[in-house]
Amino acid sequence: MPLTDADKTHVRSIWSKASGKAEELGAQALARMLEAFPNTKTYFSHYSDLSVKSGQVHVHGKKIIDALTDAVNHIDDITGALSALSTKHAHTLRVDPANFKILSHTILVVLALYFPADFTPEVHLACDKFLAEVSYALAEKYR
Amino acid sequence: MVHWTDAEREAINTFWAKIDHEEVGHQALTRVLVVYPWTQRYFSTFGNLSNATAIAGNPKVRAHGKRVLDALGDAITHLDNVNATYAKLSQLHSEKLHVDPENFRLLGETLIIVLAGHFGAAFTPAIQATWQKFLAVVIAALSKQYH
Repeated sequence: MPLTDADKTHVRSIWSKASGKAEELGAQALARMLEAFPNTKTYFSHYSDLSVKSGQVHVHGKKIIDALTDAVNHIDDITGALSALSTKHAHTLRVDPANFKILSHTILVVLALYFPADFTPEVHLACDKFLAEVSYALAEKYR
Repeated sequence: MVHWTDAEREAINTFWAKIDHEEVGHQALTRVLVVYPWTQRYFSTFGNLSNATAIAGNPKVRAHGKRVLDALGDAITHLDNVNATYAKLSQLHSEKLHVDPENFRLLGETLIIVLAGHFGAAFTPAIQATWQKFLAVVIAALSKQYH
């Protein structure tokens, strides 16, 4: 389900707002994932605080959104842009790719929460497709 | 049987009281039909679903969205017995409507997103977690009678 030109326009448009709030959005998406889907906590056993107030969650959340911003800026070659991150997830982090869907969901929740007027059904569709492509690109190096 | 804490019951009931069934139901169903267009297969009698504007303006979509949210109210009234409450509805979805249960998951996720859009920061991570749990129970109950 490749991204259409309209999808790319929608993603770029909402991301121009999201990228400026990287830390807050990232912390919220990550904290919501950890709270609502406890099996995801297994990858963060080294964190002392998994709440949205946690410094560790903020730092990591920002990393995630910044990586997505990079993907948006290279939206015609997401696989290329995320190649190094894919290697890292595959060989070092070894996160089960099923979890990419879960974080994608909480990222959509956070976009809806922070940008209700911008997150129209068409933008929602575009972002859902974009995050699916990101998830696929992240899993590329796994086996 | 599902165990609900007092905080969870509170989170579910308090939010339920604030939800406009028609508006939230309409938005959720509209988004499902737009974001996952293959779900339109179940709505061939609904008329014009050709684009997002048509879907959002379709009165049958609005009416059905409300119907779905009203039915969710039954589960909330019977939180300690959702399986029994939804037994007939599950049977209907399996035997008459032939709906793939994967669609319950899509609607559940979309409903969470709509609630987040409506309530903003008031839809805290803890409240989201409770509603994810509640909708998982609903989805399991609706899937239970499939054979």
